[in-house]
Amino acid sequence: MSAAVKSVGFDVERIRSDFPILSELVHGKKLVFLDSAASAQKPRAVIDAMVRTMETRYANVHRGLHWMSERCSDDYENARDKVAAFLNVAREEIVFVRNATEGINLVAQTFGRTSLKPGDAVVVSEMEHHANLVPWQMLRDQQGVELRIVKITDAGEIDWDDLERQFADGRVRLLAVTHMSNVLGTYTPVERLAKFAHDRGARILLDGAQAVVHRAVDLRAIDADFYVFSGHKLYGPTGIGVLYGKRALLDAMPPFLGGGDMIRSVTYAASTWAEPPYRFEAGTPAIVEAVGLGAAIDYVQAIGFESIAAHERSLTDHAMASLASIEGVHTLGHAQDRGGVVAFTVDGVHAHDVATLLDKQGIAVRAGHHCAEPLTHRLGLESTARASFGIYTTHAEIDSLAAGLRRVQQVFSR
Amino acid sequence: MSETDDLYQALIMERARSPHHTGALDPFDAEAEGDNPMCGDRVRIRVAYDHELISRFQHETRGCAICVSSADLMGDAVIGKSGPEIAELAEAFDAMVIDGRIPDRSEFADLRALAGIHAYRSRHRCAILPWQALRAALGKAMEYQNG
Repeated sequence: MSAAVKSVGFDVERIRSDFPILSELVHGKKLVFLDSAASAQKPRAVIDAMVRTMETRYANVHRGLHWMSERCSDDYENARDKVAAFLNVAREEIVFVRNATEGINLVAQTFGRTSLKPGDAVVVSEMEHHANLVPWQMLRDQQGVELRIVKITDAGEIDWDDLERQFADGRVRLLAVTHMSNVLGTYTPVERLAKFAHDRGARILLDGAQAVVHRAVDLRAIDADFYVFSGHKLYGPTGIGVLYGKRALLDAMPPFLGGGDMIRSVTYAASTWAEPPYRFEAGTPAIVEAVGLGAAIDYVQAIGFESIAAHERSLTDHAMASLASIEGVHTLGHAQDRGGVVAFTVDGVHAHDVATLLDKQGIAVRAGHHCAEPLTHRLGLESTARASFGIYTTHAEIDSLAAGLRRVQQVFSR
Repeated sequence: MSETDDLYQALIMERARSPHHTGALDPFDAEAEGDNPMCGDRVRIRVAYDHELISRFQHETRGCAICVSSADLMGDAVIGKSGPEIAELAEAFDAMVIDGRIPDRSEFADLRALAGIHAYRSRHRCAILPWQALRAALGKAMEYQNG
């Protein structure tokens, strides 16, 4: 798609005006922010909702017998309702956590330590973020479960033949896999994976940290058992994330952390636990951040995922074509269904040098292994640079990236 | 690209492209590796001594232009030097990376090319990594000599 073609009904300039930071200069140049997959920028609506909470409706939640606490508790629980509607599940199935990483650790340390026995197996894919690998390695070492890694194809898709092999002995109890790779951009076929796992007696956990930002996610339709995402990648604040768990699974899980708010009753001798989701929310939660996440969900839903997805599809096509047209630049990830994350290498130039030289032109990309070190090695690389897109990314910014990469090559050919 | 001339100077680019001291020195008296788990950069240093002075130096560096050139320019600076002299040099180099001020020492005639890195905080480790590896190698050599 050419730079001149715009998605119908999607006014990117108007969206950009909602994000105060996008008018900042970096090194005296207009900021070209292509690092949204690491953390997205925040619209005015999110910033205002958080400020309004702190200025007019703030107190601790679930405790105070006073007006402020009641209002603030309403706002916090209202955010849970928004998340539940956003994912098409029940509010009791939404646990607020710090981020996707904490959500996965919670599942590993509660579901994993009670429902998985020595000799059971957990399967993850070769393209997981460390957040969906390391907690399972820890569980393996604590619990004696086996951790298996299902291969991906060279295009960056799940290798279904290998998945069959991993499940062949009937010992797999959990398939934990990304919904969208943060390096290759691959969307995994989650409905098919869920059915595959369920047909073989296994549960499925999906790491939605990337996917939830770019397309509508209906967890009932997917039939996921667990799903996690982080607020800060969805244009919301840091410090708030979501774990979804099917009600029956959450009911059977022991607490993750102990403390206030997660109990039913406490004596010196023993305690009993609150019902989900509160059982898993020990201590004062991230109240202001939850309100901010609710505002972020309102914001993206007002734009609509249909037009967001169309805009980002067009950006991704433009980026893949633009970068491929530069000799010596190689893009990674060629799945049929892929989203707005484009990792690449430049012949003869280390990814860090690429990132620094782009930064001096005001272009922010990430460089390194993107918290997916085994995947980087699987691809035969040590590091890559990565451009990633959000609702505010423009075709002109991708043109700036392409021009910037040509300048990087010039510096290295002197 | 004038805006990056402070960092990607001709000497740095030249040494990154065609380093003078690469290889796996053999025989050698001491070796050490340094790595940066954040980016996968790795430096392996091998040195040989002659009467407590470094007589030969080689490095194998997998990394960015800053890391490779820093390892190579370090080689120029440390051949013929003793352990204590190198420790002093390393300290002076660290200080230059942090504040950008060039030490008034003859060894910095070329090492000064890396002074511009001070403005790029996220890249400091790229320049310092080879010096950390060298210090580790010298530490091992000391243990060997004393042990």
